[in-house]
Amino acid sequence: MNAFRFASVPLDTASLRAELIDAHCGGYASFEGWVRDHNEGQQVTHLEYEAFEALGLREGERIIQEACARFGVTRALCVHRLGDLDLKEIAVWVGVAAPHRDEAFKACRYIIDEVKHRVPIWKKEHYVSGDSGWVNCERCAVHAHDHDHDHGHAHHDHG
Amino acid sequence: MTAPLYGLVLAGGHSRRMGRDKASIAIDGRTQLERAFGLIEHLVARAFVSVRDDQTPDPLRARYPRITDAPGIEGPIAGIRAAQQAHPAAAWLVLAVDLPLLDAPTLQNLIARRDPARIATAYRSSHDGLPEPLCAIYEPAAAQAIDAFVAGGRNCPRKFLLQADVLLLDQPNPRSLDNVNTPEELAAMTVTSGAATGSRQLRVQYFALLREQAGAREEMVATRAATPRELFAELAARHRFTLGSEHLKVAVNSEFAEWSRPLAAGDTVVFIPPVAGG
Repeated sequence: MNAFRFASVPLDTASLRAELIDAHCGGYASFEGWVRDHNEGQQVTHLEYEAFEALGLREGERIIQEACARFGVTRALCVHRLGDLDLKEIAVWVGVAAPHRDEAFKACRYIIDEVKHRVPIWKKEHYVSGDSGWVNCERCAVHAHDHDHDHGHAHHDHG
Repeated sequence: MTAPLYGLVLAGGHSRRMGRDKASIAIDGRTQLERAFGLIEHLVARAFVSVRDDQTPDPLRARYPRITDAPGIEGPIAGIRAAQQAHPAAAWLVLAVDLPLLDAPTLQNLIARRDPARIATAYRSSHDGLPEPLCAIYEPAAAQAIDAFVAGGRNCPRKFLLQADVLLLDQPNPRSLDNVNTPEELAAMTVTSGAATGSRQLRVQYFALLREQAGAREEMVATRAATPRELFAELAARHRFTLGSEHLKVAVNSEFAEWSRPLAAGDTVVFIPPVAGG
């Protein structure tokens, strides 16, 4: 099965973790991204994720291969949810198994950082006020209107 | 009985405003005359190039069957009249040589909707609503009417169509009959049209904010845009996207691509808004 996947149902982290178990590995690290109730001063009620899946699967797979090659990781897996998510749900899960803990921690961090910046996934936040907005898009759109291009972030890196 | 359809590319103009022969101007590696003749020759029984008397030895024109302008008349109507005199039983699909945006579907539509019972079938200008005389079909009966018109001291083909029994059609592509008379118009057209090649059919998929603003997950687009950059400019104007291209990435056929990558018919293009996974 692919090392990068999309899921439309809640994640079963125990069985994902089980896929990584390997007698050759002495360290396992995982990261879970959760849906929180606030962002940039707004009260969030729920989220909606959308992806360009064909390209997203390819780019996600490339990120995991890079992590394995760079950090000498034995196994790595990343799953991202799509569709409507409620508060406290897991939006993204990363798991890495490696001979030693250091590679596992580094590769796990690398994968989640790269996935956030490179994989074509979009997040729409719905707020208590009834408003909603595409994270990282509305802000750029406002800047585009103002012809204000001096914000110094790298492309797509809204961190 | 419907008269057989012949084709006539009008290449007898003086190109005074352009300052050089419009027929010889190359766009995308083909002269305007080659392009116009190539468009028309497969759609008609016989095709000709209309030339002035003094252009007969010109090598660019000499490659094609030619009809020399009728003497004593000025302008494009002289070429039309000469063709009618040479082949009185034919109807004439008349085409100006300087229509770099003209495409085969525009001609095919004109032919399909031709009404042989009228004097002519023509397109309505998308700029002023008046008949476009230089991408039109003139039936054999138009010959006599043009003679009478010219005998009255007039020679403007547009004014001729205005007072004749003409079927007027809307253009399938509103820019297809934009012509170029000056170097500035030529430059503007090659920039905005992606060098005036034929239009391509592309599939565009939209996600997130662009999907909402376009009001669709995907659309088929017939465009002359040669690159994703040109395509985005066209679609941004149509859908009033609030994100500028400096905030987007582009993918062609499910792989990241350069904004300057040449597009081919059938490509699937996705403009990627700022991502926000995790």
